[in-house]
Amino acid sequence: MNQHVMPKLNRRAFVIGTAAAGAGLAIGLDIPFGGPTVVRAADGSPEVNVWVVIRPDNTTVIRIARSEMGQGTLTGLAQLVAEELECDWSKVVTEYPTPGQSVARKRAWGDFSTGGSRGIRSSQEYVRKGGATARVMLIQAAANEWKVPASECTATNSVITHTPSGKTTTYGKVVEAAAKLEPPADVKLKDPKDWKIAGKGLKRLDTVDKTTGAMIYGADVKLPGMLNAAIKDCPVFGGKLKSFDESKITGMKGVKKVVQVGDSAVAVVADTWWHAKTALDALPIVWDEGENAKVSSESIAKWLAEGLDNSQPAYIGNQNGDAKAAIASAVKKVEAVYNYPYQNHVTMEPMNATALYTPDKCEVWCGTQNGEAAFAATMEAAGLPAEKCEVHKLILGGGFGRRGMTDYVRQAVLIAKQMPGTPVKLLWSREEDMAQGKFHPVTQCKLTGAFDANNNLTALHVRLSGQSILFTVRPAALVNGMDTVAFQGMSPSGDAAIGYSVPNLLVEHSMRNPHVPPGFWRGVNVNQNAIYLECFMDELAHSVGQDPVEFRRKLMSKHPKHLAVLNAVAEKIGWGKPAPQGVYRGIAQVMGYGSYVAGAAEISVSEGSKIKVHRIVASTDPGYVVNPAQVERQIAGSFVYGLSALFYGGCTVKDGKMEQTNFDTYNSMRIAEMPKVECVMVPSGGFWGGVGEPTIGVAAPAVLNAYFAATGKRIRSVPLKDQNITFA
Amino acid sequence: MANLTINGKTINVDVEDDTPLLWAIRENVGLTGTKYGCGIALCGACTVHVDGVAMRSCGMTVSEAAGKQITTIEGLASNGALHKVQQAWVANDVPQCGYCQSGMIMAVAALLKEKPKPTDEDINEAITNICRCGTFQQVREAIHAAASA
Repeated sequence: MNQHVMPKLNRRAFVIGTAAAGAGLAIGLDIPFGGPTVVRAADGSPEVNVWVVIRPDNTTVIRIARSEMGQGTLTGLAQLVAEELECDWSKVVTEYPTPGQSVARKRAWGDFSTGGSRGIRSSQEYVRKGGATARVMLIQAAANEWKVPASECTATNSVITHTPSGKTTTYGKVVEAAAKLEPPADVKLKDPKDWKIAGKGLKRLDTVDKTTGAMIYGADVKLPGMLNAAIKDCPVFGGKLKSFDESKITGMKGVKKVVQVGDSAVAVVADTWWHAKTALDALPIVWDEGENAKVSSESIAKWLAEGLDNSQPAYIGNQNGDAKAAIASAVKKVEAVYNYPYQNHVTMEPMNATALYTPDKCEVWCGTQNGEAAFAATMEAAGLPAEKCEVHKLILGGGFGRRGMTDYVRQAVLIAKQMPGTPVKLLWSREEDMAQGKFHPVTQCKLTGAFDANNNLTALHVRLSGQSILFTVRPAALVNGMDTVAFQGMSPSGDAAIGYSVPNLLVEHSMRNPHVPPGFWRGVNVNQNAIYLECFMDELAHSVGQDPVEFRRKLMSKHPKHLAVLNAVAEKIGWGKPAPQGVYRGIAQVMGYGSYVAGAAEISVSEGSKIKVHRIVASTDPGYVVNPAQVERQIAGSFVYGLSALFYGGCTVKDGKMEQTNFDTYNSMRIAEMPKVECVMVPSGGFWGGVGEPTIGVAAPAVLNAYFAATGKRIRSVPLKDQNITFA
Repeated sequence: MANLTINGKTINVDVEDDTPLLWAIRENVGLTGTKYGCGIALCGACTVHVDGVAMRSCGMTVSEAAGKQITTIEGLASNGALHKVQQAWVANDVPQCGYCQSGMIMAVAALLKEKPKPTDEDINEAITNICRCGTFQQVREAIHAAASA
């Protein structure tokens, strides 16, 4: 298996300007003499275009710019290219272009960022065109050789046929000629209903190496002469490194060097990581913790609670009618306050990166969800221009948003810079990973609903208070100060639109940003927003004695796609029909990442607080399904991630630091706790939604609503462990 | 200094006696299929077989492992053929990110040796490895598939 080889382009002086690094730059790129436009892979095989390399034996190398972190994007994107290319799927291999190569070729592979469930939906069109363009060129090359019109030729399974004469040839035989042709200006893409490779639940391309131990993750990188580093950053976010007493660990076995990293961290570099970590644990370190050491979960909660008051300023994310007035004059009103804590991603593979620095070149090997951001971080930390930097992407041992950040890349480069010529692998301990997360933001939410005399919902006021991710991570994306992402699942339109029509609606956000660094986290704000809205919908329905599904349906007539997935799960779980003895149901729906999802759970509760989840049904409409087997896995996995956060998650702050240190204090679901997830896919076409994240939104509210059905107790606070509610 | 017998080969590793077996395997022997996930024997990513029993190698020292038969994920296949658990994993397309799967496969291989036809309850009790991607459904199906292979 050799599916993840980095393409090595032969290089020759060739000046290209680029905007990606913010300035024009010169870079070497080989343009061999065989043809003025042919670029060759390391083994000499020609590129038909940047997405497709074909070897003489018909092996088709498909380039994948997005990152594979388990979500199956690598396979899905390859299916889309292969579908249009009409190549032999059994001979497809994939490889990652490097960010450095992409920059050198005017960002030939486009965006590398793999987050927001965008891996497929944001690149499907241009990668399909890449496949289709290559097919047209290969057919044209065969037609030229046969001196027949290309219109008389067809291609399938890497074989080109001239229909009138029955002559055939293969992609491998005509690729040299095809690579020299001008690409067609425009190509027509297939109608998805004609797909043969895409749309099918084909096996992943990366499985075998993941079952034999052969897959190399960032943590497994080995380079000649490599040393290993363990690091501690100031546990109080925003604090600094004051001093460390190197003399206490001098002479400890394997220790090579102790280095300061930036102004807040210290690392021990040793022959092995175990030696580095052992010495680091023995190193006396003094921190300048600063003002943030006074912050606690309690002080954050108090500050957020103040934001729930209408007198405080807030950004308005969605509004129609006059909700405040309608609530003031309502016959009946219902109010509830919810909260959702910080969460850590806890990828199974802790953060790591390997760097090799010399004054002439800086190379990094790492798992990253954003190769170009890792490349930019490398340039900045190394202080070297783009043409002297490179990032080699590896398969990720989990991402969930965490590896879209580049803090660990920067650290690795800053360490390596202090040991020029020696490759250094930086690996975080699990404890460092828990302490230095980029946390799912903390929020609270006050919801108020108003009814008229006929029990019709006349107004809904959702007041969010809490942290913005964009404020810290991407301030340029704020809209007049407002974080539009904070309203996921409750937006007026777009890819995270609310599924209800209420005559008077107000959704607002009092932005309060504690010192804890936030980050995108699988499902991001859909997690808590769906709990808030979907549990409150349940509360509203029960307050007027209506069935929760019927209550929702009345508000969803103008949202047919939201309604369709809700109806699909309701039907599949048997809503309205009796559940087994002692089993209770809950349901939820939300839109996020361009997809419509709904989920329902059947649970039983023993001793008032021990939950057994018997059954989960989930429905999704992502527009198109590229690989149904992988979509099913993403849906099931979303429940594991979402319910782990609901039951066991929650990161708390004491003295400015995170209190949780490992799986003993931040647990994760096991196989015994997880039932089968029954998926109902209802792709309605005409749009491309994401798959990796949206379903997580319905996991928690479906179970919480079922818990209410079972016990009459409404849970408005996460995690459940804090209320002594556990898995049975 | 310890003599470790890993995948049938005896290797002298120059490490302190209290070095966790995991790090000796990864750094001194150079077999990186066994993963570090927590270091406190909770997640199971580092599971290997010690005298045929699934053990979390981060919680065992090299001196405790010396003289015993250690099998890592790299040594599970025999005579060039994948172990039936690995075959079931491939057939059922189990791994997502895959990082926990070496440990998961080792835990399952040990379970099947003890209980060739495990029930769902047996699986629930024996397989306590953490998988953050949430592959449990495929893991369960693949265990049953391997058991009937």
